[in-house]
Amino acid sequence: MTAPLLKVDDLHITLEGDGASYNAVENVSFEIGRGDAFGLVGESGCGKSITALAVMGLLRRPLGIGKGRIVLDGEEIQNASAARLRELRGSKIGMIFQEPMTALNPLSPVGRQIAEMFVLHQSASWSEAMDRAEDALRQVRVPSPERRIRDFPHQLSGGMRQRVMIAIALACRPDLLIADEPTTALDVTVQAEIIDLMAELCAAKGTAILMISHDLGLVANMCRRVAVMYAGRIVESQGAEAIFATPRHPYTKGLVDSLPRLGERSKRGRQRLREISGVVPSIAAYPSGCRFNPRCPSVTDICRSAAPDVTALGDGLVRCHHHE
Amino acid sequence: MLLVLVRRLGNVIPTLLAVIALVFLLFSVLPGSFISGMNEDGRSVIDPAVMERMRKEMGLDDPLYERFAKYVGKLATGDLGTSFRTREPVTKLIAVRVWPSLKLVFAAMAFAILVGVTLGFLAALKPGSLIDTVSMVTAISGLSLSQFWFGLMLMYLFALTLNWLPSFGYGDGGLRNLILPAIALGVGPMALLARTTRAAVLDVLNADFVRTARSKGMSERLVVKWHVLRNALVLVVTIVGLQFGSLMGQAVVVEKLFAWPGVGSLMVDSVFQRDMPAVQGCILMIVLFFLLINTLVDLAYVVIDPRIRYG
Repeated sequence: MTAPLLKVDDLHITLEGDGASYNAVENVSFEIGRGDAFGLVGESGCGKSITALAVMGLLRRPLGIGKGRIVLDGEEIQNASAARLRELRGSKIGMIFQEPMTALNPLSPVGRQIAEMFVLHQSASWSEAMDRAEDALRQVRVPSPERRIRDFPHQLSGGMRQRVMIAIALACRPDLLIADEPTTALDVTVQAEIIDLMAELCAAKGTAILMISHDLGLVANMCRRVAVMYAGRIVESQGAEAIFATPRHPYTKGLVDSLPRLGERSKRGRQRLREISGVVPSIAAYPSGCRFNPRCPSVTDICRSAAPDVTALGDGLVRCHHHE
Repeated sequence: MLLVLVRRLGNVIPTLLAVIALVFLLFSVLPGSFISGMNEDGRSVIDPAVMERMRKEMGLDDPLYERFAKYVGKLATGDLGTSFRTREPVTKLIAVRVWPSLKLVFAAMAFAILVGVTLGFLAALKPGSLIDTVSMVTAISGLSLSQFWFGLMLMYLFALTLNWLPSFGYGDGGLRNLILPAIALGVGPMALLARTTRAAVLDVLNADFVRTARSKGMSERLVVKWHVLRNALVLVVTIVGLQFGSLMGQAVVVEKLFAWPGVGSLMVDSVFQRDMPAVQGCILMIVLFFLLINTLVDLAYVVIDPRIRYG
């Protein structure tokens, strides 16, 4: 087996605040192979976005990496210098953010914002970079790119802006694309276009994807492997098909059950969509034992007293006392 | 761009008319007049017949609407009336004051922008640092100082004690006489600009597109140069415009203190003499300046921010 492109090993992210230090993310480990697609799923506040920012080296105080290793292409980067991280960002790792409305500079033409990548990482001249920005826009299928490169973000629709973001993230053919909720802010009809475009471009360039979303269905469609995070920990990780067929952690089961399914109503009649009761606990008030225990339907005494360890199961893992 | 200018100027004229009417009405309901004022100190006693003749001559007995119509009619031809006090056309009185006033206002604003924006920027780039603390303390002191007291302190230090600069007066109109009044007038806007610039830059530094810029692998210096500066400028220009416009009106105290021959000191003198045409002329000048600066700020927006399109 070849070495993975990205290996996150026992990552801890700490949050300093009110004179105390909390672990916002704990014991997170996963691997992404070259050209592979990996999904990270969970509710808001479970730590998936900051995990991605940690990989980018973009954590800002009060957040910081407490412990663990991040290995990109054989190089440990959790303690890399700011200058080295800047070199990696953009050229080896690209990132797409959730809000295409605010993620682009409103006062700068989109072509220039793409061209910056070539100027920064490939020491291109501005005029050369602008030509290549036009090509990049064509690749993400923005119509009439020769005109659009002079447009400002407010002149483009949300979907178009996200295409620009993809063009920026993939401009320098990075090895890894991190997509943090890339379609959450978009219309449903546009979502599928953007996802397909991302998958297609990454496949063509051999770029691996780390896809972050709260939408299990979306992630399972796009990724080969999926990890589910809850309250700062990975609670289950499996192949994408298996996670739908045989979810092992009660939280994953809850997520799968809460997805609306086509044809369900005709089969079983009118039914209320199932939900997971309760909310994610705040970081300062994580319950003892298993962090999911206050919301878990199959909770027992041991769940309240002891935190479950990771158990390897088949090609996946699960963190639950009652995984059968 | 031209369209914007025409539209903006179209807004200026109604505003100006409203101000003219307001000022005129205000002075006509105020008790006392130039003539009664002449008797007030009790020393000079004027023959009632003479007073009567003067009232007629100045048109003070005519009905209000008639006087207003006459005034506006004259204004339209560029005539601001005749000063009661000097019997000279008000336009002439003001004309000699405008240049010193503009010089003072521009110098004060230049000082405010140079020092205020620089301090605000440095403070925002290193929040919590020594320079942040120093510049914010400077800003708060600047905001709370009274122009009058600060002006006196400047005079005491730089003119009386150190003997570097003249303490008051216009002199030959050179830079040496300008420095102290300009600083005294500019310290308020400087402080406000330092604070707003700091807030604006910090705001932009937390924006999503700055995170995008960082994710591109840009150095902090380039992030600021390419993405932060221009966005922060939009907010700064607003404050510059507001301060700039009202500065000629604020200059009254400083002009009086430094015996600066500007529109402000002319206005104060005229108020004390109840020289209505002169006061009205001065207020019109100050309002006109405010409106012009605001128009320029609107134009500046269009240049800086592509999202803004008037019309």
